[in-house]
Formats: sequence, C-alpha cells, structure tokens
Amino acid sequence: MIEVQNLTRYYGDFPAVQDITFRVREGEILGVLGLNGAGKSTIFKVLAGLLPPSSGSVAIDGIQVMSAPFELRARIGFLPEDPPLYRDMTVRGFLTHMGRLRGLSKHQVHQRVTDVMALTDLTDRAHQVIATLSHGFRKRVGIAQSVLHNPRLVLLDEPISGLDPVQIVEMRKVIRKLGQGRAVLVSSHILSEISQTCDRILVMHQGRLVALGTEQELAGRLGTSSIRLTVRGDASALDTWLSEHHAVASHKMLDEEPPFAAAHIILEGDVREPFLPEVIEAGFGLRLVQTPEDDLEGIFLQLTRDEVTE
Amino acid sequence: MKPVLLIAQRDISAYLHGITGYIILAAILFLDGVFFNAFALGSGPRYSHEVLEQFFYFSSGTTMIASILISMRAIAEEASTGTDVLLRTSPASEGQVVLGKYLASMAVLALLTLLTLYMPMMILVNGHVSLAHIATGYLGLMLLGSATTAIGVFGSSLFKSQMAAAILSGVMVVTLLLLWLVSQLVDPPFADIFAAAALFDKHFSPFQEGRLLTSGLVYYASLTWGFLTLTTAVLHGRRWQ
Repeated sequence: MIEVQNLTRYYGDFPAVQDITFRVREGEILGVLGLNGAGKSTIFKVLAGLLPPSSGSVAIDGIQVMSAPFELRARIGFLPEDPPLYRDMTVRGFLTHMGRLRGLSKHQVHQRVTDVMALTDLTDRAHQVIATLSHGFRKRVGIAQSVLHNPRLVLLDEPISGLDPVQIVEMRKVIRKLGQGRAVLVSSHILSEISQTCDRILVMHQGRLVALGTEQELAGRLGTSSIRLTVRGDASALDTWLSEHHAVASHKMLDEEPPFAAAHIILEGDVREPFLPEVIEAGFGLRLVQTPEDDLEGIFLQLTRDEVTE
Repeated sequence: MKPVLLIAQRDISAYLHGITGYIILAAILFLDGVFFNAFALGSGPRYSHEVLEQFFYFSSGTTMIASILISMRAIAEEASTGTDVLLRTSPASEGQVVLGKYLASMAVLALLTLLTLYMPMMILVNGHVSLAHIATGYLGLMLLGSATTAIGVFGSSLFKSQMAAAILSGVMVVTLLLLWLVSQLVDPPFADIFAAAALFDKHFSPFQEGRLLTSGLVYYASLTWGFLTLTTAVLHGRRWQ
C-alpha cells in the first residue's frame, strides 16, 4: 500500500536521503533505524507531504504524493518527535478541533475522539489542559491526533524518546494497537525498541538504506548469529572447546558461579541447530540458550560499519 | 470555508485565553483614552464634529499599532512552537490557513475597536454629530486595520520570532505612511503615484471627516488582498522548498 521508489532528497548540495526504495503493507509496523542524521526524519517528512522529494516517487494506495497532496493528507497521520500540540487546550478540546479540521463532522468527531482517547488510554485525561500533562501523555495526545482521521499510514518519529520505562512499555502497546488495519512507520535510534515493536526493520546510515528485513533476516544476511549459552561444566574447558570449534567466529566468557559456565558466542552463519547438540556431545550440561538483548545492536553496528567500509 | 472558520475560531480562543491579548487590548484602550482626553477634547472650545475627527485621527494610529501587535503571532507562533505541522498536514490549503489567521486577528481588532465606542458616544450625548459620521469613521478604522493586519500577517509568515515579525511589519507600515511625505518631494507623475500609494493621508482623511469614498475602499481592500496573497505565496513556497 505504501511504495517508495528511489527516493532522494537534497538540502542544498547535501544529500539527506539517497535512492531509498521500500514497501510497507497494511497491518505492518516497519521500524526505521539509524543514528542521528541518518535521514530518518527526512523520509518521514517526505511521506507526510511536508517536503517534496528531489527525485523518486512516493505512492500511497497508488496515489503519488506530489500529484494529490491534499487527498493524501487524509490518508496520513504524522507524529513528529516533539508532538505539536495547542497546550492551552484540553485533551478533548484539542482532539475535537483537530478532528473537525481534518474533515470530520460534528457527530463523527465526538465518537471518533472518544475512540482514539480509549485507544491511547487518555480517557481519564479528557478534560485536563495539555500544558499540565506529563511528556508521556503529551506523546499520547500527539498519537491520538495523528490517527483521528483513521489514516492508512501512520508515521511516528521517535515516539518513545524522552519517556520513562513505564511509559515506554505502555507506548509499545499503543503502537501495536495502531498497527491493526493500517501501516505504521516508527523511527528510533533505540535498537531494542525497534526490535520489540516492529515487524520489519529498515536500517539507514548516512542517508542510504543499508538493510531491510526482519531481525532474523538481517542476522542471516550478515552470515552470523549470536547466542548466550549457559552450561553445567568447567569454564576453562568451555573456553577451550569454543576456541577450537570451527563454527564459532568469536566468543566471550561471561561471569557465572561454578559449577556453571556462560559465554556470548557469535557463530559463522545461522548454525544454531547443529551447534547445540555438539555442546551436549562435548560433555557440557545444557542449561540455557538465549538470544542476547544486544543482538540487534551488533547487527546494526556491523551493517553500518560495512557500509562505511564499502 | 469550514477550515477557515475553525482556524480563526482556534486563534481567537488562544488570544482570549492568554494574558498577552488582554495586555495589548488594555494598553491600546488606555492610549486611546489618553489621546481622546488630551488632544481630541483639547483645552479650548471645539465643534463636536472636530472632536470626532480628532478621535478618528488618533484612533487610526493606535489601530495600526494594535493590528501589528495582534497579528504578529498569527503564523510566527505556530512556526516557533512547531504546531504549523498540524496545519500543514491537514486538508486546509495555504490560502485557507492565511485567511483563518487574518480573520482571527481582525476579530480581535474589531473587539478592540468596538470597546472604543464609548468615546464617540460621549460626544453624541454631549454634542451634535451624525451617526453616519461615526459609522463612516469606524468603517475607515476597520479598513485601515484590515490593511495593516494583512501586513502584520505577512510579516508573521516570514519569521519564527514574533518580535522580528512586528518590527518588519512596523517598518512596512511606516514606509507606506511616509510615502505621503515622499510625494511632496518629487515631481509629477511620481508625486501622484506616491500620494495614491500612501497609507493614510489621501485615503483615511475622508473617512475621518465622515466622507465615504470608493477610492479608499478599493485601496484598503487591494492592500489587504495583496498582502494576504503574498503571505499565501510565502507558505506555499515554504512547502515546496
């Protein structure tokens, strides 16, 4: 439903985004991952119709952004990193105003505002002035206004930045709910968030698309996979065995109380299935196999490093 | 038309919910009162129509100042707080946004002008002036205010800073006022051109005296339309930069 073809955007002579191509399906949450200045916000602004592309095309349901900008505004909801809000208004008052501005009738807007406040858990704050809300609730109001008109595509630029851990957990639920029946693009530089919230990941670096796929696909593309292994056995024996194993690209021993031993292991390709029986055959008691939480971070760093090297 | 009214309604509400709007209204009303007592009424005997003319003369100055102070926030504030994104991603066109902003400023200016009505009423009660003179003078004030509000909205579209917007708008208004002086320094046909383009002398004086001239209506309407069109072009150009 959303098709971006060879999108390029220059600021003067500086290419903020170069030759980006991707598609997003209905019901899919696509994470856009990149360091600051990678071009994430530029892509979002082009998709939101706030910036014209220097070249390339962006189509939503087959409609080109440049050919029908007003028609497309009804199909897009956009939340910038700093949510734009009229802070002197109450939550309901603001959402009602925005709903009316986006073309909903008086009758429609009342029901729709009630629905989006329920979706974003704002019902209890309906009559609170926005200026008095916490940062997390302001983000929710921003999200609520971005989906008021039931858009086909929702763009959330850094939706979790500045939130505390409790708010982050709640925001994940909200984003998941948004993905039902529409396409959602979420940008972030927080890798674990992208991993937990999104169906696929688009990795950007210096304005270019470096990789696109699920976390597993990205790991497979790199030809490596990593695991955190905990066994019953001698730590030095495990260290030696891992050092001599042909499928182990590298490993790092982790602190563990005897009689257990643990290591973070990077394998040559996704050979986890044949590798684990060999651990048992080598005489170690298999206790725990985990995907390390920083796996995506490793993938990201390697992808961006490869890009720089190329 | 609905987006225009919604934008205007929102801006009027913002003016009336913030302290700045009331400070501007109070300051302008205070100045109007001082000018009326000190200069329009004067110390010696005057005919009622002369007092009314003087009232409109001084009110034109405060109206120009008020319109710039009221309109300086119109677009600049949205840009500085980032809420312009809400308008730019809404189905409202740039022209509708500009018109909504202009109407909101004009509504506040109209409220302010309405609040000065007690001064002509005092003349009416204690002297003899025609209601037509009062109505024509107020029409002139609103037309002059409309033109300077349009200039203020244009200035507001060029900056994120309201202060910078007010300064630029003020410079543009003063320049248009001074064209009258320039017209006296140059030879025809430029003298006539500058005199016709001047904001006050040739166009406002008839309203001040209770005379309704089509040329004044056309001049102020044209100036308003011209600056609102320029503002729309600025917003449109910004979108496609």
